[in-house]
Amino acid sequence: MTRTFLARNPSTLWFLLVLALFTLCVTVLAEGFGIGLIPTAFVKVLGKTLCLCLVALAMDLIWGYTGILSLGHMAFFALGGYMTGMWLMYARTEEIVVQALAGSPIPPTPEEVAQGVATQIFGVVGGSDLPVVWTFAHSAFLQLPLVLIVPGVLALVFGWLAFRARVNGVYLSILTQAMTLALTLYLFQNDSGLRGNNGLSGLQNLPGLADVPQSTLSILFFLASALLLAAGYLLLAWVTSGKFGSALRAIRDDEQRLRFLGYPVEGYKLFVFTLTAMVAAVAGAFYYPQAGIINPAELAPIASIYLAVWVAIGGRGRLYGAVIGAAFVSLLSSWFTGGMAPAIPLGFYTIKWVDWWTVLLGLAFVLVTLFAPRGIGGLFDRLPSPRRHGAQLGPDDGALREKEADA
Amino acid sequence: MTTIAPARTTSLLEVSGVSVTFDGFRAINNLSFAIGPQELRAVIGPNGAGKTTFMDIVTGKTRPDEGTVVFGEVPRSLLRMSEAQIARAGVGRKFQRPTVFEDQSVSENLMLALKAARTPWRVLFWRETAKDRVRVAELAAQVGLADHLSRKAGELSHGQKQWLEIAMLLAQEPRLLLVDEPAAGMSFLEREQTTALLVELAKTRAVVVVEHDMEFIRRLNCKVTVLHEGSVLAEGSLDHVTKNPQVIEVYLGR
Repeated sequence: MTRTFLARNPSTLWFLLVLALFTLCVTVLAEGFGIGLIPTAFVKVLGKTLCLCLVALAMDLIWGYTGILSLGHMAFFALGGYMTGMWLMYARTEEIVVQALAGSPIPPTPEEVAQGVATQIFGVVGGSDLPVVWTFAHSAFLQLPLVLIVPGVLALVFGWLAFRARVNGVYLSILTQAMTLALTLYLFQNDSGLRGNNGLSGLQNLPGLADVPQSTLSILFFLASALLLAAGYLLLAWVTSGKFGSALRAIRDDEQRLRFLGYPVEGYKLFVFTLTAMVAAVAGAFYYPQAGIINPAELAPIASIYLAVWVAIGGRGRLYGAVIGAAFVSLLSSWFTGGMAPAIPLGFYTIKWVDWWTVLLGLAFVLVTLFAPRGIGGLFDRLPSPRRHGAQLGPDDGALREKEADA
Repeated sequence: MTTIAPARTTSLLEVSGVSVTFDGFRAINNLSFAIGPQELRAVIGPNGAGKTTFMDIVTGKTRPDEGTVVFGEVPRSLLRMSEAQIARAGVGRKFQRPTVFEDQSVSENLMLALKAARTPWRVLFWRETAKDRVRVAELAAQVGLADHLSRKAGELSHGQKQWLEIAMLLAQEPRLLLVDEPAAGMSFLEREQTTALLVELAKTRAVVVVEHDMEFIRRLNCKVTVLHEGSVLAEGSLDHVTKNPQVIEVYLGR
């Protein structure tokens, strides 16, 4: 079954091979298990980039395939991050509190430990009680399913209201932005129960693994992210193949016609919106432990717009295009904004890329939209291929993936 | 010969007393219409007579202000159903302009239309069987597209797109077929083929054809309903309605 699926989707096979090769190279070159050519900080950047590629895949499914320009998927991504972050922060704080109380003559009761954890976490916003939303945070078993459940339910309710009312096109995009903004503003409040603008921090420390160095943890997270991206790619490649994918593209091109064929279009939209929200949340759940910190600024509306820009530049409507776009633009972005790009002195003015990068990105977005609507992924269409009609041009997406992976 | 047919038992679709107003304009005014399960019917009328609105009401795109629309042997009201539910109940619609999914291949278009489960979950786990492939090949052969199965629908000529859309309608296996100006943009030969096809189809299902072209309607050789200002002006054979002075006045006389 799997073999025939890969045989029918050569681009998926090529993608997985390139990803495996890339992962192997990084593992060998990194500090954790390898020869230490790549510093730990950069391994984290690469691991985070893989998570961004996964959320870009979700964006491509909802926008590139189904034609719904959601400008709210980074909110689901950040929510997924918050959900893991709550468990990580609680568990880490619990370890510290237990250690601190170990010296006391009477062993601390579980209530005392819980109280200590609450004071530690919420002292910064002037609270000492654990809010209701942290009810499950003490247990990974209870808290981690919320990574899927919370964004999934939010997407389901929002999508049900929006799609049932047949909100389409730019109005839907605005509505998703409004949802994102509302969520951001809510999380910025101290009494939202998620530490307001302080966010959650110390997420790079895994409970029980305090002795494992970050160089090892970073490569483990990198490998997990790569595995996750591979799984996500396979899932979405499967979803977009066959009749379901055909129906999604039909919704993008003429949803009214599809209704007259008897398809419940709203049901499909809701399904895809919720599925992609959950994929985005899983990506966020792996991203933020590598970033170490999450705060409400992460789900500002602009983040979701960036996501759309990545997918547009990479080439929407093809999964590898989304991955290329996210990897290429986000790595380039960290290069430009990280102060690594040399400033250009013009005599009367010096172009500092930290300030000018967004201008460059905006310009690139406009140019791609106008002159290369298929994005970077569209370059593969120009290469000669034995079977053109309808088939994806898989074999070559390897080359560019590798190139940007080296960047 | 009975003048009043026992409509409930013999008709597949029964529209009665339907009215629709758009911004004060009465597009459909107390319209009543019925068609049997194996019947071919032509609907004619001047521009603005309400032909397209009539189709919109039957297919669920427009909700009438009053009246009833009942469909099937066990009569079900279509008024509370969505477009997709109505389509699944067995109402197929052919648009004037050919609307196929241009970015997808002919066989993908046909697979989408093939009668099967339509819910997202069932479609996600649906895999084509040898039977489906045979059916798609048959349908393509029926409309002369057998050699174009792997081509994108957007690459087809206008006439071929019309045929593809007809094949998609057949794949849906509707019990009532609403066809909007099938002869538009077709060559003489294609019109002949279309006429033959529609007559053939009406042997097993109800077919409503909206058309302007009188020659085309004459060749269909069926009962004709004349619409005017949103209601039925006359009904009967083509010769019968063309002799009706009111019809001559509002439609043919111009």
